[in-house]
Parts: sequence; C-alpha cells; structure tokens
Amino acid sequence: MLNCRQVTRLVSQSLEVRLPWRQRLVVRIHLCYCVWCRRYSRQIRFLRRAGRHALAADLEAPPEVALPPEVKARLRERLREALKEPPPPR
Amino acid sequence: MQPLDPADQTTPASAAGPMPPGVPFEAPAVDPEQWPEAHGDLLFAFALSRVRDPGLAQDLVQEAFLAALKARSSFRGQSTERAWLLGILRNKLIDHYRRQQRQRDFVEMETLEPEDDPFENRGPGKDGWRHASAPRRWSAPDEALMRKEFHEVLRGCVGRLPAQAAMVFQMREVDDISSEEICKELGLSPNNLWVILHRSRMALRRCLEANWFGRPR
Repeated sequence: MLNCRQVTRLVSQSLEVRLPWRQRLVVRIHLCYCVWCRRYSRQIRFLRRAGRHALAADLEAPPEVALPPEVKARLRERLREALKEPPPPR
Repeated sequence: MQPLDPADQTTPASAAGPMPPGVPFEAPAVDPEQWPEAHGDLLFAFALSRVRDPGLAQDLVQEAFLAALKARSSFRGQSTERAWLLGILRNKLIDHYRRQQRQRDFVEMETLEPEDDPFENRGPGKDGWRHASAPRRWSAPDEALMRKEFHEVLRGCVGRLPAQAAMVFQMREVDDISSEEICKELGLSPNNLWVILHRSRMALRRCLEANWFGRPR
C-alpha cells in the first residue's frame, strides 16, 4: 500500500504523464479512503486551472509595475533606429 | 513598413491608431514605435514576474521588441499584437534560462526542510499528513478565479517560490508548455521536472490556503 507522501508525489506526477496502471490502481484505492489526499488532488488541479486563467488575466489587467518614462523613450528610440535599417530578407 | 497593395481595403498604415470597425484587412499594420507605450508595462511586468530583477527584465523586454521588429513581416494577425509580443518575450525568457540555469540549482530544490515537511511518520512506511498541514476544504475555488485580488495573492505565492521553480511552474501551468519541451529547453530530466513541480504545487497549495481559502471572510 502507498502512504500519503508517496500518493501526493504520484498524483502530481500524473498531471504530466500517465502512470503505469498498477500505480494508477493503488493511488485510486488510497484516494478512496483518504480525504486529505483527495483534496490535495483536487487542489493541484485547481492550481492548473488558476495558472491558465492567470495568463488571460495577465494580458488584460493593468500591471502594478510600470516602465519608467525614460526607459520607454529609450526603447522607442532604439526601435526607431532599427526601423531605419534595411528590412531583413524574407 | 511593407508597401501596401492598392487593391487593399485597409486604411493606410500609419500611427493613426486602430482600424475602424467593419473594415476588412489583410496583413495588420504594426507600428513598432508605439510598442513601448502600448505594451511596455505589461511585457515588463510579465518578465519581472519570471526573472525578479528589474534591470534584467528591461533588457529582456528590449530584446523582445527588437526581435519582434525584425520578425514583423511574419505577424499575420492570428493573435493580438500584445499576445504576439508576449510570445516573443516568452521565447527570450526561455533562452535566458537556458543560458543561466545550472543543473545543481534544480537538484538542490529536491531537499526538504524538516520543519516544512507536511508529512509525519506514523509507523513503518506510513507517512501521513500532519494534521496541521493537511489540506482543508476550499469552498467555491473556481469563483476565486474571477477575482482580481485572488490573482494578486496567487502571484505573491508564486513570487515566494525559488526563482527557478517559479519559472518552471509558470512555463508548465501558465504558459502551457509541454513537459517534454520544458525538459529539452532547460536540460532537465523528467524526474527533475516532476520533483520541481511537486514541490512547487505543495508550496503554492499551502500558500493559497493560508492567504486566501483558509482566511475567514
């Protein structure tokens, strides 16, 4: 039988690769009777949903940090210079 | 800028701003000189959340802008300009991490501080959750995803991870890069990757529970 330390590790691993069926079976049995590991499994799956959602949130939300105006000006200047160079071959 | 086809229905490419609605267009006009103002803050925040160092984050944003400028003819409007720039920045971040990372840093993450161990030994082979560390029930977690405050807490929790672990977690769980690609880009074995993700998930779960789900509301 597997203990919680082992099961949490395997549950996490199962998010990346399919476990061999024997391991899947013993993990599933453990999850049947262990409410804490069951919660753990749900919560790390939630973390994955949260991460995917975070990307969309990042794209839309106004960021709390900002580039100083002089840095933006410098970047604009660099881009302006680079635009003057001949276009790269297609 | 590319010369326009006279048969194009588009308005002339210029710094004039967004297209009027309903006007069909072929290749979108990009105006790189507007990128720092339009997208600089967001790209900077993105890079900063991954590399922590503001100077380095600025350098990476500059690298991304210059690379995007070179590749501007390949932008076909399949995504927004911002998402396209973010994709280029992400590649620059991966390049940076490939240059910087040392195998040793990732392996060191595998050791666990005794006081952080959420498990305790209850007999031979019986490592169970410590009662104080055991996962609590989270009520309506998916509703939290709609809250700006929740994402700030999550960002804070990710920020508390060791830098390399935060990078790996974000690559996998935010940027949705495959395990195989992460291993290839960063020179990790699959087992290294699993251990880093497992440790990161353990820490993030605990952090979120302490700072969001566990708090009385």
